[in-house]
Amino acid sequence: MSAVEEVQEHVEEKQIKKKIFKLDVRAYTMIVALVAIWLLFSMLNDAFLTPRNLSNLFLQMSVTAILAIGMVMIIVAGQIDLSVGSLVGLTGGVAAILNVWLGMHPILVILLTVLLGALIGLFQGWWVAYRAVPAFIVTLGGMLIFRGILQGITGSQTVAPLTPGLKILGQGYIPSPVGLGIGIVAIIITTYMIITKRNARIKYGFDVFSKKLTVSQIAIFCLIIISYVMLMNAYQGIPVPILLVIFLAIIFTIIAKNTVFGRQVYAIGGNPEAASLSGINIKRRILTVFVLGNTLAAIAGLILTARVNAATTSAGTMYELDAIAACVIGGTSLMGGVGTIAGAVIGALVMASLDNGMSIMNIDVFWQSIVKGSILILAVWVDIYSRKRKPKK
Amino acid sequence: MSYALQMNSITKEFPGVKALDNVSFSVKKGEIHALCGENGAGKSTLMKVLSGLFPTSDYQGVIEVDEKVRHFESIKDAEEAGIAIIYQELAMVKHMTVAENLILGKEPSTFGFIQKNEMFKETNKWLAEVGLKGISPETVTGSLGIGQQQLIEIAKALSKNAHILILDEPTAALTETEVKILLNILREFRKRGVTCIYISHKIEEVFSIADQITILRDGQTVATKPVEELTEDKVISLMVGRELKERFPKIETQAGKMVLEVSNYTIWDPIIPTKKVLDDISFHVRAGEILGIAGLMGSGRTELVMSLFGSYAGVNQGEVRINGRKATIQTPQQAIKHGMALVSEDRKRYGLILGMDIKNNVTMASLDAVSKMKFLDGNKEIYFGNTYLDSLRIKAPSVETLVGQLSGGNQQKVVLGKWLMTKPKLLILDEPTRGIDVGAKFEIYNIINQLVKEGVAIIMISSELPEVIGMSHRIMVISEGCKAAEFDADEVTQEKIMTAATGGTLV
Repeated sequence: MSAVEEVQEHVEEKQIKKKIFKLDVRAYTMIVALVAIWLLFSMLNDAFLTPRNLSNLFLQMSVTAILAIGMVMIIVAGQIDLSVGSLVGLTGGVAAILNVWLGMHPILVILLTVLLGALIGLFQGWWVAYRAVPAFIVTLGGMLIFRGILQGITGSQTVAPLTPGLKILGQGYIPSPVGLGIGIVAIIITTYMIITKRNARIKYGFDVFSKKLTVSQIAIFCLIIISYVMLMNAYQGIPVPILLVIFLAIIFTIIAKNTVFGRQVYAIGGNPEAASLSGINIKRRILTVFVLGNTLAAIAGLILTARVNAATTSAGTMYELDAIAACVIGGTSLMGGVGTIAGAVIGALVMASLDNGMSIMNIDVFWQSIVKGSILILAVWVDIYSRKRKPKK
Repeated sequence: MSYALQMNSITKEFPGVKALDNVSFSVKKGEIHALCGENGAGKSTLMKVLSGLFPTSDYQGVIEVDEKVRHFESIKDAEEAGIAIIYQELAMVKHMTVAENLILGKEPSTFGFIQKNEMFKETNKWLAEVGLKGISPETVTGSLGIGQQQLIEIAKALSKNAHILILDEPTAALTETEVKILLNILREFRKRGVTCIYISHKIEEVFSIADQITILRDGQTVATKPVEELTEDKVISLMVGRELKERFPKIETQAGKMVLEVSNYTIWDPIIPTKKVLDDISFHVRAGEILGIAGLMGSGRTELVMSLFGSYAGVNQGEVRINGRKATIQTPQQAIKHGMALVSEDRKRYGLILGMDIKNNVTMASLDAVSKMKFLDGNKEIYFGNTYLDSLRIKAPSVETLVGQLSGGNQQKVVLGKWLMTKPKLLILDEPTRGIDVGAKFEIYNIINQLVKEGVAIIMISSELPEVIGMSHRIMVISEGCKAAEFDADEVTQEKIMTAATGGTLV
């Protein structure tokens, strides 16, 4: 490579870097905020950055993260779901009743609970899409209805304990060697995908990272995956709920980005009138979005019940707000049309980190609420501020 | 006689366009002065200048009210000078009572509590002024007819001491009886010395009421004359009498087989179910021909195509045949399946998803073509994006550019690309070149011609008469929801279209 070329490549790289940095300011702010929070807590308390606590932290975030994944789709479609907290309680309660009182096999319990979530989604989605009742109202009603049903069917008692088979869902860990295997597979897939995507972009003459940057990009991903697996293995292994979160996040990212359905949902949120005139069946898409969101809520309900090994009537209270907050912190616009699954998962991680960090420091619960509320307002302000500046460039 | 209003040498520029070019407009005290011109001639801009919507720094020129120079920085300033506009769309709070609407913003009160009796007394006084004595101040405004609401709006203006009333298309939504009542009241006002500026497309109406007529064309004053010195034909020819500046690359094609046949098509208003938006219209389009639809804004032309495309909320009746077979189209999906495509009037509202990039917008209506088993193929999307980027000459860095960052002309091309990708047999274009610069216009004309050559049937709605005449093979004129006339392109003139569109009689 001649010197001139090298200089040129360097300049181009700088420009590309600039561009990418500019584009993803919000994504970076989020990760920087997360790292800052972690650093802060680790300085304030030695117990924070230990494998045991981090494993715990990820466990705590799993329910919120799964709810947030479904919530992203709903908010992107221009809707909202206030019922997911009560739904977590209800589906968890039903699962416990099936398992504890009726003695059903865990697999059957899981299937029936997930089916219940889907049916409730069908019910709520139908009111929103085909009866044109605003989602805010339908799901506010749902929030009361589902909590009421839960109290009714459990007689306001705690249902416990679950059979071991079902507990795995919330308390199980993947054995270390298997976890390592999963990590290696993940590395291979990530590397393969980065390279194929880059080649496709070169074929169509788009901007790409230089080879050097691509290699370091792959290296960073590998490092993150490996160190995460090692970290979890240093305690008891990767927790089952976390594996489930990652699995669902990948599935829903694919749905959002790579399917006709996902594209149409983003279009509906972006401009419903244009979407409708482009021949998109808005009603059916919105119905489906609610089915997906509430099915995920049922999965979250299963995990929560399995983790605490009991179903209580207050389980999941206010979780809808955590889920919405996670989405918003993760860059989902409440106006619809904008949002990513990965962002929402990181948002959930931010929320869980705050909870966990403040808890191990023995900060009063009232302070925890105040801090979380303030962070939420701050995050939305950052969102609005960065959006305002965009059109002017 | 002294002047109530003088606007001297008003020039107002928008980026790239001179909307008003040295316009002068003088209105004598106590006269009804009509302002005529085609859509886009500058009437609304002139009235916006007068009503204080643009601050003085936004335009050049001088405004004198009652022969005193005034500077309007806001709508409030203009109101204080006694100028009030009554817009086409009523600015009433529909679920509030007549009294609440009329007194809105100047409620008689002591310590912040509204004095109801005072309010009703005041309301009754002003209602009597506009001949609405019988109406209770406690009637909910939305329950009244449009005509009565309009009169309440006028009463509201009078109650603010307005002595120059601007009426922008006041009769567009009125029935014949309501129009008569309104015109009588305006004559009544004239006797009392209220000055009126009357904007209307309906030439007959203008002649029955106005004392003076000012005609605007392309942002310039063409004439101001007393009504006695003018005829309807003269006004129309002054309105449209420009030379064809743009060239239209019309091509001669052989019209092929029948694509769309519409018979006895009627549409009702979605909000007022008894009101017909379109009344008993029949027409057809063949493959390889352009049917132009002309008509004033609000004549029902947009509603016609929206309804045909299955995206109008109002009920319709009549027969639609596509390729000789009867078709019922209730949703845009069905329309697209029948090979229809609609490039709508307002591209930002109905055409584009501004936050998405070019390729995602282009593929939006044909996602099945870029997916396998409902999974999108990113490479195919890029391929189709690039295909239309090149063939339509969309000026953008890449197909990943957000549509919101493109210029109007390029945005319109993206909308066109979206519909071309569906391979339509019938393409409906509603104002395809609105707000687009001349260069992009010409390119869009060429694209349209290419499609006609390929045998696509095209319906083109346009307010620009030269464009309709220059591009279409046949022209249908719609006036107030009815088919007023149909012309062959070679026998038509702008005057003929304008006469038909304004409800005038054909000679």
